[in-house]
Amino acid sequence: MSGMSRPIFWALLPLLLIVAVAIAFMASDPLAPFTGSAPPVEELSIERTILDDHGIGVRVRAGGSEPMRIVQVQVDGAYWNFKQDPGGAVDRMGTAWLQIPYPWVAGEAHHLTFITNTGALFEHRIDVAVATPDVTADRVNFYALIGLFVGVVPIALGMLFYPALRAGGPGVFEFALALTIGLLAFLLVDTLAEGLEFASEAAPQFHGPTLVWLPAAFAFAVLMAIGRRKGEALSGVALATSIALGIGLHNLGEGLAIGAAFATGAAALGSFLVIGFTLHNITEGIGIAAPMLGEKPRLKVFILLIALAGLPAVLGIWIGSFAFSAHWAAVALGIGAGAILQVIVEVSFYLARKARERDRSWASGTTLAGATLGVLIMYATAFLIQV
Amino acid sequence: MNGWWKGSVSRRLLLSGGAILGGAQVVRHLAPAANAQTAPADPRGSPRPAHDNHDGMITPGAVNYARNGFDPHDILTDWDTGVVSKLPDGRTLREYEITAEDKIIEIAPGLMFPAWTYNGRVPGPTLRVTEGDRLRIRFRNFGSHPHSIHFHGIHAARMDGVPGAGNVQPGGEFVYEFDAIPFGCHLYHCHSVPLKRHIHKGLYGAFIIDPDPERRPEDQAAARSRLLGSPENAQWQEFVLVMNAFDTNFDEENEVYAVNSIAHAYTKRPIIISRDRPVRLYLINVTEFDPINSLHLHANFFDYYDHGTTLTPTLRTVDTVMQCQGQRGILEFTFKDHEPGLYMFHAHQSEFAELGWMSLFEVRA
Repeated sequence: MSGMSRPIFWALLPLLLIVAVAIAFMASDPLAPFTGSAPPVEELSIERTILDDHGIGVRVRAGGSEPMRIVQVQVDGAYWNFKQDPGGAVDRMGTAWLQIPYPWVAGEAHHLTFITNTGALFEHRIDVAVATPDVTADRVNFYALIGLFVGVVPIALGMLFYPALRAGGPGVFEFALALTIGLLAFLLVDTLAEGLEFASEAAPQFHGPTLVWLPAAFAFAVLMAIGRRKGEALSGVALATSIALGIGLHNLGEGLAIGAAFATGAAALGSFLVIGFTLHNITEGIGIAAPMLGEKPRLKVFILLIALAGLPAVLGIWIGSFAFSAHWAAVALGIGAGAILQVIVEVSFYLARKARERDRSWASGTTLAGATLGVLIMYATAFLIQV
Repeated sequence: MNGWWKGSVSRRLLLSGGAILGGAQVVRHLAPAANAQTAPADPRGSPRPAHDNHDGMITPGAVNYARNGFDPHDILTDWDTGVVSKLPDGRTLREYEITAEDKIIEIAPGLMFPAWTYNGRVPGPTLRVTEGDRLRIRFRNFGSHPHSIHFHGIHAARMDGVPGAGNVQPGGEFVYEFDAIPFGCHLYHCHSVPLKRHIHKGLYGAFIIDPDPERRPEDQAAARSRLLGSPENAQWQEFVLVMNAFDTNFDEENEVYAVNSIAHAYTKRPIIISRDRPVRLYLINVTEFDPINSLHLHANFFDYYDHGTTLTPTLRTVDTVMQCQGQRGILEFTFKDHEPGLYMFHAHQSEFAELGWMSLFEVRA
């Protein structure tokens, strides 16, 4: 064997043996005595629901050990006509649309039951029946407006604190950075919790929580590597950009949740709710501005940072209301969590370095107060949107 | 933020309340057309599909009766009178062969149910005999569990078809023998334990004892009209309707309701009756889990004979009758003054009706 082919052989051998073992296992079927008369394992997840003049449309995703056949559908405990597209058995992990010409009642709850050929039941509840928004220019603009109020406006308002913070001394600077860390810590927990909740809605074959943790870890590692590609810790505008990116990803998730809630009728659109989001997110503007207090960035930089952090909310609402899948939302929020963790680390390093320059410990009363206040502000304003 | 898209009624109310507290409906001002969609009371949101038997409340598709081995339209009238011979004392002897077998049956289009059956069908064969006949039923158990046949009738304890008396192990057999009394509309079912499971899996059938006109001098005309094979009886249009239900996921609640097992069988293909001749229904309730079942006849009224053990009605001029589990009776009515057309009959528990127990008579001139 030549020098090159030897490693290739050793790489291929285990792979070939895996295939051989699999074939031998399938051929001898040693599990047959255990699975002989047992019905197949079945799983059905409902990923989308559309209510319109034609009735109720649902996109289902099949799981389990074999392709699944949905043979009958009940709506509110009544068998109802339906059409499936594509027809026939739904493959493992495959999806199909079911169209049910049911006269649903606006503002009321409906209860769907899907019955497979084995007699297994899968249930889905529509909490509040609301016509699913069509993709019209009006709708798109309307959602964009909500997104601006939720994402862009508060961050721009928060940044208006910049001159005031700048006028303060180094103590104010440290306080602002600590406040940012507190704010980010809240967002990290919030993003993870929300991501995990989406993950629990996703089809079980996606292994729910992994959809969040894995992208989070990956995003953290990649963003750390990119941030420190020049070998030094982030500071100034670069750090502000990282924070804006992390917050932007969080706002994407926030937008997804808002959009999905509007589309499924889970939330009534109230001005109170929108103003609540605006207040909740103002602190984000302060957080992005904080690392730049020692510099004199141009107006254009501020505008770009606002856009980076705020506009994803618009995108999120669009996606959430028009084309929503829980598993993709979970992945997006996982990435967001990783990005937020990265900026927490970077801001912490930055804060520690600034403190060292002044021969002070990073663990001062000022920083403790700032971080605590950051968390508290977020927590308190969260009441406005939690309801 | 966390989880609020899931929505709950209380939160929805709070959100709406919040909108009021928040003062002006900013959103409405910004986009009035879009906001209208979120108003819960907006009637424009509801579609209005055409009212049509086949475009709404139905189990879409067709059941493969050939694969099942029985057709609910045949079950309506396929009286099994047994193998008839004369005993030395001159009485009639009727002999039956009944087997228990496990069988997967299709109870609604595409929906397969792992049934336990008598003679491969649900309900089992409709035994039709005459008052005073001697009955000999040879029962063989080809199923995977112990089974029995418990007849509703008058017989000895030894013939009761319960654990300890005529309970048959898989592969075994037993001969039930007794006199056919009293006349009426009865049933038989498996009485092995656990009882609910053995019944709802499909082990039941109709057991009709026609009155002997010779023994009923006071109501001879009525008795004759009931007696299968008599010229008077030939004037009647008789059907057996076994109200049953199936718990497909074994959670002690039924998913499918029907008469004679197949959901919507008589909606998709109505029972044809001639309006010139009277109708008699042998109605039997073997529904499990729900305490009662019922039948409501549209646009008409009927006389009812509870258990069928009398020749004068026990209820006159009613259009709805209810039966508890195991109860049964005879309905008599006529459409002679009606215009031809489709006349519904169904459980008046709307829940059962919407889960398959919905049927039609097609009255023809």
